[in-house]
Amino acid sequence: MTRFLLSRLLQAAVVLLVMSVLVTVLLGLMPGDPVDLMAAGNPHMTPADVARLKALHGLDRPLHERYLNWLSAALRGDFGHSRLYSQPVLAVLAPRLVNTLLLLGAAFVLAIAVALPLGVYAARRPHSLIDDAVNLFCFAGISIPAFWLALLLILLFAVTLGWLPASGAGPVGAAAWWERLPYFVLPVLTLTLASIGGYTRYVRASMLVELRQDYVRTARAKGLSERQVVWRHALRNAFIPVVTIVALEFGTLFSGALVTETMFAWPGMGKLIYDSIMGNDANVALVALLLATATTLAGNLMADVAYAALDPRITFRELRT
Amino acid sequence: MRGRRFLRRFARHRLALASAVLLALLTLAAVAAPLVEAALGVDQTAVSLLDRFAPPSAEHPLGTDELGRDLLVRLLYGGRVSLFVGVAAALAAALIGTGVGLLAGFFGGRTDALLMRITDGMIALPLLPLLIVLAAVDLTRLGVPASWAGAEDASLLRIVALVALFGWTTVARLVRGATLSARRRDYVLAAVALGAGSRRIMLAHILPNVAAPAVVATTLTVGNVILLESVLSFLGLGIQPPLPSWGNMLTGAQDLVTTAPWLAVWPGLLIFVTVIAVNLLGDGLQDALDPRTLGRA
Repeated sequence: MTRFLLSRLLQAAVVLLVMSVLVTVLLGLMPGDPVDLMAAGNPHMTPADVARLKALHGLDRPLHERYLNWLSAALRGDFGHSRLYSQPVLAVLAPRLVNTLLLLGAAFVLAIAVALPLGVYAARRPHSLIDDAVNLFCFAGISIPAFWLALLLILLFAVTLGWLPASGAGPVGAAAWWERLPYFVLPVLTLTLASIGGYTRYVRASMLVELRQDYVRTARAKGLSERQVVWRHALRNAFIPVVTIVALEFGTLFSGALVTETMFAWPGMGKLIYDSIMGNDANVALVALLLATATTLAGNLMADVAYAALDPRITFRELRT
Repeated sequence: MRGRRFLRRFARHRLALASAVLLALLTLAAVAAPLVEAALGVDQTAVSLLDRFAPPSAEHPLGTDELGRDLLVRLLYGGRVSLFVGVAAALAAALIGTGVGLLAGFFGGRTDALLMRITDGMIALPLLPLLIVLAAVDLTRLGVPASWAGAEDASLLRIVALVALFGWTTVARLVRGATLSARRRDYVLAAVALGAGSRRIMLAHILPNVAAPAVVATTLTVGNVILLESVLSFLGLGIQPPLPSWGNMLTGAQDLVTTAPWLAVWPGLLIFVTVIAVNLLGDGLQDALDPRTLGRA
């Protein structure tokens, strides 16, 4: 177990390092230079000012030198300043990470709460009319562009009915949590609807396999109630592949957050990644992308650990290291 | 019981069949865009500020957009772009994926470990943020001539290349699995015993037998590619206007949702309908091509 974890953590560190180099190079190829952008917006800046500012931020240095400087500072916990927000990168990141986790967490719990009974129900009656309806609903969920779903929800609930706010995260320094609650509804609904379909299909497919197993027949034969057979025996085993796939999808959660947060102007990580890339805020973009990668890697590791923890037949020695 | 099951299966395939017909009609309509344009007597590029946000009429069956251009004709031209990107990128991805999967499954051992580790690594990347960075890279800084980088077709080719670069993993995994099982079959062992070379065994004996899962995976990739293209174009990073795509036609829709909701509805509806049809078709193909999954398990 320890050896397994250590080896995986080492691999993750290597991936992050490679990723940081790759992203630095790519960000270096973006159009425009932050100081040039600043100069373009300020007629009082002289070429001497521009050169001085570039030297101050190290922008006159070659890319590899800048990267090494960044890395040595980053390893000491200093990730530099944000160009757009004029704050240290971590101070920009922290509150947005919290906002995103709130959003993703709520959507995840809701989606699982719907997908679980739906998938189990469909798997118990394969090829019934209800199963077909669930199947079509799942396909719709997988196939709908999330940003268009968000547009439709805004059109219906914010513009036509006027029930809910279309964007933002609530008044700054809102006194009570319920003042912010309305701002949650549409983004969470978008993320939930976009992920229910996939989850339901995993649950259904996994349950179909388990319900055919011998131990299910044994459980029925010894007179257990159908509810116990399905929910205690079959579902427990059906959970293993579902947990694995869901944990492997951690990376796509960030993609979903990016679209949804941009649509609803939700101040989270996804919108921050988009804004920082588009606004030439390289320091923020780099750290935010690394954080997204680290989350995905953590999800993969959790998938493997959960796999071994849930299935006593799998030992850590057998897992790929 | 048996009759009922047959009916259900038939119904499911009818859904796939209906999807195929729908996709064929959409493609046909997109191909016929210039004919529709001529028949209506409009020009899809003609900007007319006096005709902005016109409601549906005989001249403009679906009305006009924020620049007074005919919405229907632009949707058809946008369909050309979106469908082309979907199919072209999925085919390119399928080519890479089939190659990687074949090599990994056939040679096994270290080759397999290395290729599958790369595949896993690709899947673990935060796809959309990375695509945004790649799409925003200034090509002229890579030494690409400005005249080419700024050309209209450049955004088209670029998005195809980008999406193909990340889209091959599903095909690779499925082809690898199928290759692994095909490699142990008697006819492959017989070919080995007859002294056939690796290349001949892979191309002549294994490839035809992994075609079915590859076709299914490619079909499902088309749907994903269309979704990716639409979101990138929507964010202003994919297909560059004035070239229309269903994604970039929605770019300004968020601000127009109060004045002209139909501008936000139509392009998205076409993306949705196309992708769901592609996915249902893929599902039907899976049932039809692989008898083991007939129970849709």
